[in-house]
Amino acid sequence: MAETDEPMVVDGGNGSTCEWDGRWNHIKKFLERSGPFTHPDFEPSTEALSGFRNLHVVDMDTIDISNLNRQFLFRSKDVGRPKADVAADFINSRIPGCRAVPHFKKIQDFDETFYRQFHIIVCGLDSIVARRWLNGVLSLLVYEDGVLDPRSIIPVIDGGTEGFKGNARVILPGMTACIDCTLELYPPQINFPMCTIASMPRLPEHCVEFVRVLLWPKEKPFGDDVILDGDDPAHIQWVYQKSLERAAEFNITGVTYRLTQGVVKRIIPAVASTNAVIAAACATEVFKIATSAYTPLNNYMVFNDVDGLYTYTFEAERKENCSACSQIPLDLHFSSSSKLQEVLDYLTESASLQMKSPAVTATVEGKNKTLYLQSVASIEQRTRPNLSKTLKELGLTDGQELAVADVTTPQTMLFRLCFTS
Amino acid sequence: MAATKASKEQKYDRQLRLWGDHGQEALENAHICLINATATGTEILKNLVLPGIGAFTIVDGHTVTGEDVGNNFFLSNNSIGKNRAQAATELLQELNSDVSGNFVEESPDKLLDNDPEFFHRFTIVIGVQLPESTCLRLGSVLWNASVPFLVCKTYGLLGYMRLVVQEHTVIESHPDNALEDLRLDQPFAEFQNHVKSYDLDSMDKKDHSHTPWIIIVAKYLEKWFSEHNCRLPKNYKEKEAFRQFIREGILKNENGVPEDEENFEEAIKNVNTALNLTKIPSTVEDLFNSEQCNSITSQSPSFWVMLRAVKEFVHNEGNGSLPVRGTIPDMIADSQKFINLQNVYREKALQDAAAVSKHVECLLQSVGKPPESIAEKDIKLFCKNASFLRVVRCRSLAEEYSVDSVNKDEITSCMDNPDSEMVFYLMLRAVDRFYQQHSRYPGVYNYQVEEDISKLKLSVNSLLQEYSFNVNIKDDYIHEFCRYGAAEPHTVSAFLGGSAAQEAIKIISHQFVPFNNTFIYNAMSQTSATLQL
Repeated sequence: MAETDEPMVVDGGNGSTCEWDGRWNHIKKFLERSGPFTHPDFEPSTEALSGFRNLHVVDMDTIDISNLNRQFLFRSKDVGRPKADVAADFINSRIPGCRAVPHFKKIQDFDETFYRQFHIIVCGLDSIVARRWLNGVLSLLVYEDGVLDPRSIIPVIDGGTEGFKGNARVILPGMTACIDCTLELYPPQINFPMCTIASMPRLPEHCVEFVRVLLWPKEKPFGDDVILDGDDPAHIQWVYQKSLERAAEFNITGVTYRLTQGVVKRIIPAVASTNAVIAAACATEVFKIATSAYTPLNNYMVFNDVDGLYTYTFEAERKENCSACSQIPLDLHFSSSSKLQEVLDYLTESASLQMKSPAVTATVEGKNKTLYLQSVASIEQRTRPNLSKTLKELGLTDGQELAVADVTTPQTMLFRLCFTS
Repeated sequence: MAATKASKEQKYDRQLRLWGDHGQEALENAHICLINATATGTEILKNLVLPGIGAFTIVDGHTVTGEDVGNNFFLSNNSIGKNRAQAATELLQELNSDVSGNFVEESPDKLLDNDPEFFHRFTIVIGVQLPESTCLRLGSVLWNASVPFLVCKTYGLLGYMRLVVQEHTVIESHPDNALEDLRLDQPFAEFQNHVKSYDLDSMDKKDHSHTPWIIIVAKYLEKWFSEHNCRLPKNYKEKEAFRQFIREGILKNENGVPEDEENFEEAIKNVNTALNLTKIPSTVEDLFNSEQCNSITSQSPSFWVMLRAVKEFVHNEGNGSLPVRGTIPDMIADSQKFINLQNVYREKALQDAAAVSKHVECLLQSVGKPPESIAEKDIKLFCKNASFLRVVRCRSLAEEYSVDSVNKDEITSCMDNPDSEMVFYLMLRAVDRFYQQHSRYPGVYNYQVEEDISKLKLSVNSLLQEYSFNVNIKDDYIHEFCRYGAAEPHTVSAFLGGSAAQEAIKIISHQFVPFNNTFIYNAMSQTSATLQL
């Protein structure tokens, strides 16, 4: 994940060790020459180039051997080291003049003051939750007292892949479709039903899930507080053996070590080629936006090369009342005799919200009251009875605001409660 | 040795889940030739070295210039003045020590002059940024040697790929949305017997709710047949009636309220696809009718022998149908019922594969080859994928370029829309023509841009005239192509790098389906098109 710090056209570059004759020949034609397909605002210039010099790289992961089949900045000697550090080192030594700054951190470790400094943000995140969080931060930045300030818009270029499929999109928060505007494009992952896992396995995957979800907590094979670690071969070996036993009980064939690990770690297959295609598409957009040389992608491209090569490019539509990128508070319609649990179910199950574990607070009788919060055990216990109380019983009134916090959003989301009866 | 094997399993884990150990083996036995280590070339090779191809050889007579280092991640400014093949090999080799990297400091034209058979040793040859004459010469040599040839070019903000392969067979095409092979419209005997073992009316509630939907549909179809003169529900009205028929079979409690029977809901939901007629896909029928299938010789590749055997099976034991695939989707059911049902399909598939095997043996014998020439497991894999078989045949470059066989219809009909990607194909051809005439590309230097526009226009017109293409190419495109100055921007090279590498992997592994035969990528609009030229 790289973020750029400065526009491209800057400084002289004569006599510096990181310049040599012809270095920019392939790129300067696009900057110095006018043409019929350039962006309407483009002005050709012969000022000397400097390339993308200032990049920040944020990544919370360390390098794993299974990364090496596609993550070309890493080598086997780097296994175990932070990705951000190794990537920055590699780029800085291979590309003279480049100054990549690594941050071995989660994106959530930074707040809007950090992200505000960048001209463009590019993401290759590995989860929807992370994308939504970052999307939320950048949407925050563009509103000043509830009014959109176009100068604060930081373009986000987001790329993702799975096997032979991928997509690249350009987001101008507050102006074009953001991640949350198109949440329905990412349907929620479906897990196997518990009764299948517990008593009616049919597939080898069911056997592995049984061991992961039910047998491990029961048998605690590596100690009392030891959680199953998908990266620990000893753990996977144990799960594999137990899965074989489970499968044998039910005459199920097909449990292998590879399948076991795939289920436990929820592995998504990945190759160098698809990632190269999507990364290249994203980099092209960074170039276009940074130089205004061409009109950027508007705004979503999908790619699939299972059968030939297929691309489809379309304009994803912005949602007027998007919970992330518009300032319009969402209405929640419930009867006053609905239980709080129903509200929580809506927040997690609605295709357009898909929250993970929302925490709800409200002002009741002049005081701020936590209605339910899952992530802190003591508060969860204390507020659990509220789930089966009605909204009326909880002292909530028609038209009042509910504040909801969740991992999918950096800031509390405000909803307006509308009683239907 | 064991340590390396285990660490390779770990390193390649994410890709093994896509093409399996046998696909990986094919990759590791491959030797790829890259001609010209430009940015496009090295980006392609990077995506082949990382997944662990056996070996590569870069053929390149050029010396590294400052310009080369500017857009190529696999050249450094220390390489300036060195041979480009050698310099690139160093930085590509260090991506993966499992791969053997080689280089030949020679231009492809020289090799074609002195030793064209040099190219015969390769699994695939990838030619990048080749002038037209070299491309056509090489194309002819490789076509005659049956070596697949992938031509790639980055020109300004355009990417171009052309695959040239005479006949490429694919058993494992891994289709995205395959229909199940359940045979509910023509149930085989063993399935019918298995269905008989169920009596829905006398089952206890637990069993009733955990009966696989396939059994339910089969039972109700039997009833429907007896009431409808052995005809399947065929239009929307009848299918609706059939769904309702099944719905009435849901158990009711003492108050007459239907119980929650998810398996019945599944049956109702699946009625549409369950009633699909079992038939041989037209792609497979076409293969059955092809020359290679009908004239099996001792030279016939095993794909055609197995296909012919399947055809024989279809006309005999198969009663007009392909061998049963043997897989069923997951569904609500208790373990035993599901496994038993799954085994009925699996055993039938094994039986059908055995019958196909007998035909394979006969065919091999008839051409004087030992029956072990084709392994049992390969026949099983072939049968399992019988509905998904694909053969890709790309025309030769000679055919594409000859006035007599050029695909004029495709070109003129695409150009009904003057902004279709076809215009870029024509411009690339025109630019090649320009190069042939002027020994340079248009607009490389700023002072050339203006005057080259009219020169390029002449090349365009000469192209259109030679082939009698009655199309119009807007001046804007001619201007744009002069503006490009034959630049090879890195991001466009990288897009092609990923695309071309995967097509090469498809050719090497014989899994997934390659494109046929021309791919154009437009980085300005982030769109693409595949043309068959």
